[in-house]
Amino acid sequence: MLRFIAHRLLQAVPVLFIIIAVSFFMLRLAPGGPFTAEKAIPPEILRNLEAHYGLDKPLHVQFFTYLGKVVLHGDLGPSFKYSNRTVNEIIADKLPVSLELGGLALLVALVLGLTFGILAALRRNTFLDYLYSTVGMLGICVPTFVFGPLLVLLFAIQLGWVNASGWYTWQDRVLPALTLGFVFSAYIMRLTRAGMLEVLHQDYIRTARAKGASEVRIVLRHALRGGLLPVVAFLGPGTADLLTGSFVIETIFQVPGLGREFVNSAFNRDYTLVLGTVILFAVLIVACNLVVDLVQVWLNPKLKFE
Amino acid sequence: MSRGLTFLLAALAALLLAGGCARRETAVANGNRDGVLHFSIGSEPTDLDPHVVTGIGEAKVIHALFEPLVSFDPATLKPVPALAERWDVSPDGLVYTFHLRATAVWTNGDPITAQDCVDSWRRMLTPSLAADYAYLFYIIRGAEDFNKGRTTDFATVGVAAPGPHTLVVTLAQPAPYFLQILLNSPWRPVHLRSIAAVGDAYRRGIPWTRPGRIVTSGPFMIKEWSPHQRIVADRSPTYWDRANVKVNTIIFYPTESVDVEERGFRAGQLHITWSLPLGKVAAYRREQSPSLRVDPYLDTYFFRLNTRRAPLDDVRLRRALSLAIDRQLIAEKVLQGGQRPAATLVPPEMPDYTQPVRPLHDLAAARRLLAEAGHPDGRGLPPLEILYNNSEIIRLVAEAIQEMWRRDLGLDVRLVNQEYKVVFANRRTGNYQILLSDWVGDYLDATTFLDLWRSDAGNNHTGWGSADYDALMNRAAATADLAARAALLQQAETLMLDAAPIAPIYFNTHVYLQQPSVKDWHPSPMDHIDYRHVRLEP
Repeated sequence: MLRFIAHRLLQAVPVLFIIIAVSFFMLRLAPGGPFTAEKAIPPEILRNLEAHYGLDKPLHVQFFTYLGKVVLHGDLGPSFKYSNRTVNEIIADKLPVSLELGGLALLVALVLGLTFGILAALRRNTFLDYLYSTVGMLGICVPTFVFGPLLVLLFAIQLGWVNASGWYTWQDRVLPALTLGFVFSAYIMRLTRAGMLEVLHQDYIRTARAKGASEVRIVLRHALRGGLLPVVAFLGPGTADLLTGSFVIETIFQVPGLGREFVNSAFNRDYTLVLGTVILFAVLIVACNLVVDLVQVWLNPKLKFE
Repeated sequence: MSRGLTFLLAALAALLLAGGCARRETAVANGNRDGVLHFSIGSEPTDLDPHVVTGIGEAKVIHALFEPLVSFDPATLKPVPALAERWDVSPDGLVYTFHLRATAVWTNGDPITAQDCVDSWRRMLTPSLAADYAYLFYIIRGAEDFNKGRTTDFATVGVAAPGPHTLVVTLAQPAPYFLQILLNSPWRPVHLRSIAAVGDAYRRGIPWTRPGRIVTSGPFMIKEWSPHQRIVADRSPTYWDRANVKVNTIIFYPTESVDVEERGFRAGQLHITWSLPLGKVAAYRREQSPSLRVDPYLDTYFFRLNTRRAPLDDVRLRRALSLAIDRQLIAEKVLQGGQRPAATLVPPEMPDYTQPVRPLHDLAAARRLLAEAGHPDGRGLPPLEILYNNSEIIRLVAEAIQEMWRRDLGLDVRLVNQEYKVVFANRRTGNYQILLSDWVGDYLDATTFLDLWRSDAGNNHTGWGSADYDALMNRAAATADLAARAALLQQAETLMLDAAPIAPIYFNTHVYLQQPSVKDWHPSPMDHIDYRHVRLEP
């Protein structure tokens, strides 16, 4: 297993290098720059600005200088837009918020998705199954930018129980986590239902039933392990996605997370902030996929670390 | 299993209910009682360094933190004393002598001296700081040469402190708007010694503006800055006019989405919003909401017409396009936010200036000009392209004018929508035909709009230039007599509008929401707020 992990980590090095290089040069190819604004800056001042940030040097020199700082010092550079903050500082500020929101949403998604997915599979083709599937379909179809504001209208404006936006008290966590978690729970529910249905028709389940095992034991001990495989495969990139923040949710609820920075930095041509978040997301996705592979081998005896 | 499900639902319900079954007291109600103003400022401030920032949201915070030399009367907009107790102007309008208030101190207790002003402006003009708005200082004698690196001797710049409380500024040309421009963020003095304690004061990006480090001079001082959440500013105990500050605390909220902001306002989280989404203006008007506010704003929307490219290199075609815009309809039916139709570029609020009289809409003349240009009823004209950026308001305006030109002139007009930085890049290289643009004035004078069309101006982008126009602008700049100056400027605007490198569309307004409990809120058309006056009524 250690060899497997080491192998995968080594594979990650060229992947990350390619991601950094492609992002770096694509960003520079995009029209406009960090200092392009409604009011054009006089050329003399623009030259001073470019000299300050090293943008006056040849592109390949800038690339290797940047790469050197990232690899040797973990220094992601200063932000172009937020002139007194470094990218490291912004990520250190915002990542915990995204992790918290993503973690809570993941919890909501797993609890709702697994429970209703299993129930739907067990009560296949009954009214309950149709109900859960319909709600699941709605969860996938109704975009968060509709669902979120609806929750705000009800709980913040009509009832006045929670704030409409902000991230100050624990109550402020409820609506964003529910909104984000609900969408993910729909996917998880459908995957769980499909996975469970497949497993419940296998011979070893019939054997367990024949031996007189209780329904609860059959589901939790025997079926769930196999039935969860598709969910686990989805959770790899899904978790990375949740933890790195959601632009829409963070905007709707004014959550100071990383998702908004990621999208806005691209609009602002904040070169260093875009690259910093891209590197972080890439590392997280690589890590999550590795964990998923390990879990899948553990869940599925047919797979081996080869 | 079903018992587990019931438990789960009950737990979720409990979680929500625990938030408080009862309606909670809103932040606004709480703030009215305790004197806390909740104020949304649009996007997250890029910094709070008055020399480096360029945005309007940043300015709103900076105006609470840094005191200007001269403030303004909210009713008359005339200059009133602030850091400077009084000032004298030489008869030729070139030399301003400011007598600073001896009682004014920084938040660290240091007195605010004339040397602080000199040091601040020196920092602003130092090339290594690369301040975007340094060009606003070019009205000071020698400032441009120093900023562009032609000299490194700051003594050549017309700023001096002959005494601890005497500041003498020598201008390159008489500028009747000079006192007014002092309100802009970069002109407000900063405390150089505390900046130098954090790092190289002449380079941008050093974190001197964080709470605990920043030394300020204004009615409020910063207590907390949580990026993308809030900036909390308390009343400053060292401010010279602290007895007249009525609010205890201002909390500034960066709210990037106007829809989110509007919901926050309705939920009682904000006293004042940044802006009201266009789609909601009609509803607030219908309900005659006491919260709806429409303020004049120095912002004109217009088309840039690329005079370098056929067929718009023909002045007759450009004028025909301009005359065929039904500006009244756009202002009243499309926008509905109190915007006014614009036949000229300089907004009507501009002091010491009279706009030239121009037709708002003249279809007959437009059709005649189009025929003279060889295209009766639009015949023989290739399709024209309007370039605009992703914005709800701008899209609606572009679509309305596309239809007007199609219906009334028979033109085939296409809309091209690009991301805003791409639009700016194409504008710079002249890669457009018709570009929907706007310009927000930097100071309260017609030249902030008219200087754009000088042939060497960096923001012209239309390819149009005229020696006569430049000469008129130069003569106006050298004229101290206000009436004569205004006449020259009006002549210049008329000349420019006749040549039609631009087609004005409307004068914008600032539409936003304000709780009725906020009193004496008087922003100037330049978006300056004197926070001393603001009160909250419980």
